Amino acid sequence: MVLAAALALLAGPAVAVKPDEQLADPALEARALRLGKELRCVVCQNQSIDDSDAELARDLRLILRERIAAGDSDSQAIDFIVARYGSFVQLRPPLRVDTFLLWFGPVLVLVLGGIGAALYVRGRSRAAVAGALSADEEAEVARMLDGDKVS
Amino acid sequence: MKRLLFLLPVVGFVALLVVFFVGLGRDPRALPSAFLDKPLPAFAAAPFRPGDPNGLSNADFGKGEPALLNVFASWCGPCRVEHPVLMRLRSEGVVVHGLDWKERSPGAGARWLAQNGDPYIRAGDDTSGRAGIEIGVAGVPETFVIDKQGRVRYRHVGAVTPDVWEKKLAPLMEQLRKES
Repeated sequence: MVLAAALALLAGPAVAVKPDEQLADPALEARALRLGKELRCVVCQNQSIDDSDAELARDLRLILRERIAAGDSDSQAIDFIVARYGSFVQLRPPLRVDTFLLWFGPVLVLVLGGIGAALYVRGRSRAAVAGALSADEEAEVARMLDGDKVS
Repeated sequence: MKRLLFLLPVVGFVALLVVFFVGLGRDPRALPSAFLDKPLPAFAAAPFRPGDPNGLSNADFGKGEPALLNVFASWCGPCRVEHPVLMRLRSEGVVVHGLDWKERSPGAGARWLAQNGDPYIRAGDDTSGRAGIEIGVAGVPETFVIDKQGRVRYRHVGAVTPDVWEKKLAPLMEQLRKES
């Protein structure tokens, strides 16, 4: 029991890839594993097809291996699945016109916020300067104070 | 004017709130088909109904009439919910074809249709799920609306309830019928 628990702790994060799915060639299997981590399982959407136990994820793993064994390059194999399920399945979204906001939205917000903050700080320091009296106002104050003295 | 500038972040914040709130009500599974406005990709599914020699393939679509491609399975709960709707559509003359996806035992799909009624003109068996992958099926039930030219125009994920039919699919089918 204790041993089992210790072993369970020792085990790395498990992938759902079963031995019967794997390719005989270790180099090809390594490529399949790497690509599988980049593809989203459309059933349990926050897992890659390598992590997911869903039946469809298994089917997609098998297809991925089929493509790789048939001589597809990495991008050809990914494109095969993207063509059928859309670029939503790419866990690393490609840079395109419609993903521009996804990639640069945070930078955009930072820049806009920065401009806003800069304007605010500048406005405040100008207001502080404006708080000082102009020459005319100084004269007026002096006149009023003088007037005080006379009365 | 300048005084109102302070409202800008407030407006931005409210806009974000609206976006997030709308996002709450959206079903993350309801993704548009990767083949939206494109021809239905090539697939072929073997016949499985007794006495039916045809099966189902992409060539069965785009024959001058908009059609529904319904992906179902005998083991699928929501498919039972939409089944009466499909039966009604069939009796009203709507073209409905069926893809029997990932049956777990041979003959289960045919038995299910024999017991509950068969709403499909053409139907094919996809036990391996390969045809489903060709058209981007993620689960059952799913229903694709195919136009007169055989192009995918809509993908509905989940059961076709009377509500879904009346509000979404029926108006679309009506529009597709008018297209040349």
